Amino acid sequence: MDKGIPLDNSLAHGRTPVVRLRASEGLSARRRRQVLLDWLAEKYFAAAGGLAILFILLIFIFLAREGLQAFRTIDPMRFIGAMTENVITEQPEFTTTWQPVSEVPKYSLLPLMMGSALIAIPATLFSGLVGLACGIFLSEIASRRLREIVKPGMELMAGIPTVIIGFFILVSVASLVQDLFHTTRRLNAFVGALGVSVVIIPTIATLVEDAMRAIPREIREGAYALGATRWETIRRVLIPSSMSGIAAALILGMGRALGETMIVLMVTGNAAVLTFNLFKSVRTMTATLAAELGEVAQGSEQYHALFLVGLVLFVFTFFLNMAAEIVISRMRRRLRL
Amino acid sequence: MTLRKLLIALVSLSLATTCSDAKAEKITVKGSDTMVITAQKWAEVYQKENSKTSIQVTGGGSGVGIASLINGTTDIADASRPIKKSEIDSARANGVYPFEVKSALDGLAVVVNRSNPVKELTVKVTAGIFTGALNNWKELGGPDHEIVRYCRESSSGTYVFFKEDIMKNKDYAADCQTLQGTAAIAEAVAKDPYGVGYGGIAYFEGRSDLKILPISPEKGKPAINPMKPGGKGVNYEVIYDRSYPISRYLYLYLARKPSGEIKDYVDWITGPQGQKIVEETGYIPLPGVLPPPAKPGN
Repeated sequence: MDKGIPLDNSLAHGRTPVVRLRASEGLSARRRRQVLLDWLAEKYFAAAGGLAILFILLIFIFLAREGLQAFRTIDPMRFIGAMTENVITEQPEFTTTWQPVSEVPKYSLLPLMMGSALIAIPATLFSGLVGLACGIFLSEIASRRLREIVKPGMELMAGIPTVIIGFFILVSVASLVQDLFHTTRRLNAFVGALGVSVVIIPTIATLVEDAMRAIPREIREGAYALGATRWETIRRVLIPSSMSGIAAALILGMGRALGETMIVLMVTGNAAVLTFNLFKSVRTMTATLAAELGEVAQGSEQYHALFLVGLVLFVFTFFLNMAAEIVISRMRRRLRL
Repeated sequence: MTLRKLLIALVSLSLATTCSDAKAEKITVKGSDTMVITAQKWAEVYQKENSKTSIQVTGGGSGVGIASLINGTTDIADASRPIKKSEIDSARANGVYPFEVKSALDGLAVVVNRSNPVKELTVKVTAGIFTGALNNWKELGGPDHEIVRYCRESSSGTYVFFKEDIMKNKDYAADCQTLQGTAAIAEAVAKDPYGVGYGGIAYFEGRSDLKILPISPEKGKPAINPMKPGGKGVNYEVIYDRSYPISRYLYLYLARKPSGEIKDYVDWITGPQGQKIVEETGYIPLPGVLPPPAKPGN
């Protein structure tokens, strides 16, 4: 693969001026300026690349510094749950809720983490089913002309502002889902997951398509030569050999789903209850941050607790993205062999 | 033509800003989202009459407004709840002595879907609904179905007012769905036959898909409808004489005793012109400022 690229040629071109530079002292000013420009451009690109890492590092330090201060005033146990008096029976009971404005503020992270999971996992499943099929279609089945229509359309879908998707779901899809499933709560995790799917389907489809296209042509041709139909080729040959690419697409999609804010804020109902029911209202970590961080007094207990939520979210998505990176690099290595 | 107008406007604007730099008073107002529309209207009309004054209004919530007042980043804080003891303390520590002005009144209404057969509530029952003590409409004479609660975010003045005044400071039920703003609650309850929500009366006025429930202060006393008979406008009398149990003052907090430009502005707000705007934006004017309407039901 590497041999096809005129790598040696370009190297030679790059080397020539340097050699000439040393040979003749009286080089034109123009040439010297070009060399300087080259050097500047190189440093500029390196700095830009380094900046991304620096930003992530700074954000992490900032989150950790503010978030870990929560432990100074709040007992770690209270991030799981707290003993409170039941409003109705007036008996003490163990509650796992997030209710920072209260006589006894409650900071359980469990309902928020569960809420995020109840959005991210179903959303990844829905959009995995659609995105995988869409990616395969684009890479293997669609004619070039069809692809040139479908692909920009899908990219357009990725560009819709999430607040518009949220609004659309809120006013129309939510009622439709309620009529279909007869749920008590019109705004629930299922509706939220549907909305988030819209955002991550393009991500997953594009990544799956890339993974499929990276498979060398000989493999496809080999399968056809053995008499396999197109479906058999896709199912038995192409999907298994791009498995790690597909896995990476799903993991990255899930990371995106965990971070999605506007849609879930609008359509999940935001009730911080610890539940496993997909048709109950949930409150995600992102929605909690968006709704409360703007209004909280700086330096207060709730402020630090919110930063801790942010830290948890950051660590989750960071590890998901890292997992995807590892899977992708493993795939690249295997395909090259 | 329009371009020329724009140009002239721009030039005069820049002239105005450069000329008036020395004497123009700039007042910043920040706080309650409930009050933001009224506050903007006040500022707009006042600036038209007093071109020397420029007023900048932003929302963010009562807590945000008071926090800014304490930090010294705003001149006036709008608040839909009285300032807390803890806030006065931290203000004093910062050298700020909050001065309170009552600027208007607001009534909160409890709403259900139009199709809900429940006719009225007591304060205690209302509290029971939102604390989670009551969970089925059957207990209130309605259909045998779970009650679906819609509430506000914990940062809103409405959340705190309702919790302290009606729920006697007990916690909201954990399964309360929290929505962004009273308009969202109106929308959700209108779509949910088993939903119940609360918010400023003005937001629910004139909606045929919602039902505002009359509230009685305690069992055995008559329930009071915050609306005039026939649902045409808010009934001020029941809010002034406190017979409707869920009402509150809307406050302006100043960093110190008002003087100069700020005093003029505050006096104007509490005067007939400011109170007329209160009425126009759907809130309840302070008693005794505006002449009583000539014709009832007008």
